[in-house]
Amino acid sequence: MSPLETTELFHLGGVAISRAVATTWGIMALLAVVSVIVTRRLRIVPTRWQTVLELFVQAIEKTIGEITSHPPKLFLPFLGSLFLFLVAANLASIVPGVYSPTAQVETAAALAAVVFVAVHYFGIRISGVRGHLRTYAEPSILTLPLNVIGELTRTFALMVRLFGNIMSGQFLVVVILAVVGLLVPVPLMALGIVIGIIQAYIFTVLAAVFIAAGLADRPAKETP
Amino acid sequence: MTIEMLSIIAATVAVTIGSILPAHAEGRAVASALESIARQPESAGSISRTLFVGLAMIETTAIYCLVIALILLFANPFAGG
Repeated sequence: MSPLETTELFHLGGVAISRAVATTWGIMALLAVVSVIVTRRLRIVPTRWQTVLELFVQAIEKTIGEITSHPPKLFLPFLGSLFLFLVAANLASIVPGVYSPTAQVETAAALAAVVFVAVHYFGIRISGVRGHLRTYAEPSILTLPLNVIGELTRTFALMVRLFGNIMSGQFLVVVILAVVGLLVPVPLMALGIVIGIIQAYIFTVLAAVFIAAGLADRPAKETP
Repeated sequence: MTIEMLSIIAATVAVTIGSILPAHAEGRAVASALESIARQPESAGSISRTLFVGLAMIETTAIYCLVIALILLFANPFAGG
């Protein structure tokens, strides 16, 4: 029962679909359906569900706005859905029979790669290709190798942090269940809920910090 | 001693040392953050956000040790079979 190996569920046209990928699809479908239902009838005077939705969106927007000097509306779709997906994925292991996809190293690596691409996407979109490349030669051209190495290692650390935390929480429950017995790992599962939410928050905040650090320092545009 | 026994011992040592020192460092970080919040409660928001990011950075070292232990135990490149 190595935590590094993947479980194949079924084959789809010759491509093996692992359990983590199937769970990810399930979470994506769940989030999409919930989003469509919640945002179907938006009103000026919010209903009960719309109030909850606005609370979430405003909290995420405020957190991003405190990190970047740019208007947070630009990053809200990416970072907000990243956070919601991570919360759902980290907490998926509470449901009996479902395993967190983020406890597999591939899912964590994919999410870190998404953040890596997003840093360059937002950097090029806001400051242009030349301006974005210039941030690597700051404060001097001598620090270029360090900046490139730092770019790679922080992506790797992002992957390992998410994978290590979620996997160790889930693995601990499995080991204690095998050694001690039923109902004993319940407090550990409660701790796992807290750790899952904190890790989702940390992953999102670090993604925001990386994106903000990748932007060339220019005065923030005025929000309308 | 076989490679397997050595790997188990090395994994234990890695996790032990790799959890004592980051735990100490995280304790110091939280303590000084709490002191700062007690002194300036109005800046609690930014202090705790920076604290979370810093804790994540410190914790990364512990998780590196955990990953090395896992590789030694489950994906050891030197153990036969």
